[in-house]
Amino acid sequence: MKKLGKQTLQLDNKPSILNTASIVGPKEMNGPLAKYFDKCVEDEFWGEASWEKAESKFIKETVSTALGKADISSQDVDYVFAGDLLNQCISSSFGIRDSNMPFFGLFGACSTFVEGLCLGSVFMDSGACKNILCATSSHFCSAEKQFRFPLELGNQRTPTSQWTVTGSGAAVLGKRDSGPYITHITPGMIVDLGIKDANNMGAAMAPAALSTLCAHFEDTGRAPDYYDAIITGDLGYLGKEILIDLAKTKGYDIASNYNDCGVLIFDKKKQDTHSGGSGCACIATVFSGYLYKMMLEGNIKKLLLIATGALTNSTTSQQGESIPGIAHAVSIEM
Amino acid sequence: MNPTDSPKEYNEYVTKKAPSSPILKDCFNAFWVGGLICCIGQLIFFYCKYKGLDQTSSSTIVSICLIALAVFLSAINVFNRIGKFAGAGSLIPITGFANSIVSPAMEYKSEGYVMGVGAKMFTVAGPVLVYGISASVIVGLIACFFI
Amino acid sequence: MEYFQSIDWMTMLYCFIVGGILCVIGQILIDKTKLTPARILVIYVTVGAVLGGIGIYQKLIDFAGCGATVPLTGFGANLAKGAIEAVKEQGLLGAFIGGVKACAGGIAAAVFFGYIASLVAKPKIKKQ
Repeated sequence: MKKLGKQTLQLDNKPSILNTASIVGPKEMNGPLAKYFDKCVEDEFWGEASWEKAESKFIKETVSTALGKADISSQDVDYVFAGDLLNQCISSSFGIRDSNMPFFGLFGACSTFVEGLCLGSVFMDSGACKNILCATSSHFCSAEKQFRFPLELGNQRTPTSQWTVTGSGAAVLGKRDSGPYITHITPGMIVDLGIKDANNMGAAMAPAALSTLCAHFEDTGRAPDYYDAIITGDLGYLGKEILIDLAKTKGYDIASNYNDCGVLIFDKKKQDTHSGGSGCACIATVFSGYLYKMMLEGNIKKLLLIATGALTNSTTSQQGESIPGIAHAVSIEM
Repeated sequence: MNPTDSPKEYNEYVTKKAPSSPILKDCFNAFWVGGLICCIGQLIFFYCKYKGLDQTSSSTIVSICLIALAVFLSAINVFNRIGKFAGAGSLIPITGFANSIVSPAMEYKSEGYVMGVGAKMFTVAGPVLVYGISASVIVGLIACFFI
Repeated sequence: MEYFQSIDWMTMLYCFIVGGILCVIGQILIDKTKLTPARILVIYVTVGAVLGGIGIYQKLIDFAGCGATVPLTGFGANLAKGAIEAVKEQGLLGAFIGGVKACAGGIAAAVFFGYIASLVAKPKIKKQ
């Protein structure tokens, strides 16, 4: 392992992503990526008594699907890195509690999935671990309940608001002779440019994505065209446009190979999500479902995956605080 | 000038870049839905008068009927669609007040009937009652000293 | 049929227009400011109580009927009106009793129906 520049780590024993799994909810199954997910659940309660229980079930089932697909048992998993949006990461801890795997609960808001991949690959690089599991989940209903308004309240969502993805994604890291490999990680800094509108997360997080993007290019000496695809987590339509604009001011033209998971997962015209998708599961399901398969099929050979998170809660937004953003990047190559 | 130079510049840049609400369409929908709800109230009011009730009782019955209607529509998961379409058109009439009571009550049932339904019922409506009742007491006190 | 003949259609028209305009003001607040629904309702009920207290709102009620009483400003005006009337009858005590008494029907109905609904209904998400 080698430190490059200020923020980036270059991995020597590159972990391979052995397999992934993704399970999504009812709205996502009507979206354009539906066919790539392992399972679509029509009932947002998934037969449980509460949305919180349903979210735990999402992560639990996704984890067991991922382990099944990678053909390893929970005994062979050294550590689990997981997190979600609910207070004290209860979806992850409740979802993992019966599985007898050593567990790290992470909070990086919607950046948690890549935060997990970063930490997991460093553990793998140490040489002491065989398999690491990374997972995250989010649920539209439980997120709305915790951060916004009751579901049945007759309010209008603003044009910049985003739709929290219901679902869970998981990836199993291990050692093997074929990719996709995680080659570099660039954990990000907290960036806050004073956006206070909790319904405009894309704009709040875009400067953090820019910071990490620039740090990654500076540290590795790579340019945007090195990658076949640069994918951010959940900036949505507005955040995507902002990031393209901001990157241009720093001299990076990413317009041609850049996209955002929040843009990819829903159909803008038909699904009325306003500025696109968001939530921990946004990048987790799109990567685990869609991007991972694109890499295996050879459509994407070099991927820069940047997950963005808004480090806020309902108390700070009621107190009029601005929204700090964070973004973590991993470079994944075949 | 670079939008990331300072929070002020970034906020200005974002405000310019962000799509704005379709205000004309929103206002039109709010106008006719809001007007219609008031007219339904007025029809009930005339009916009460026709049956010989006095002004105050008729008004109260109008409120109760519209509240019952809004609660029913919330319970069958329809009110939020009306609200999405009409915005303030369904929020500002007493229907919005009723919806703001029933929607958290339904949502927090999973936290139990006392601290869930009972307490959370007033997350939106509570402030309305606090400010409404306080204002009425102040008006009453002023009236008491000056009349 | 007799009921339909008893309807005053001009009041209906004023009701529609005034009720509609009060909602449009709220819509402008929603679209042009970052006010949450709770704040807008609080503003409406407080403004209604003030206008009711100084007697202006009653004129609007006389003109537009339910177009003025059904929006939440009417709820506020009714609270204030109740307090003033009770003060006239009972003095200081009336300031504390009158407002809630005048609106008791609406508050009790909202709480009771809301409770019943929460027992039988379940929230649902839009799938499309």
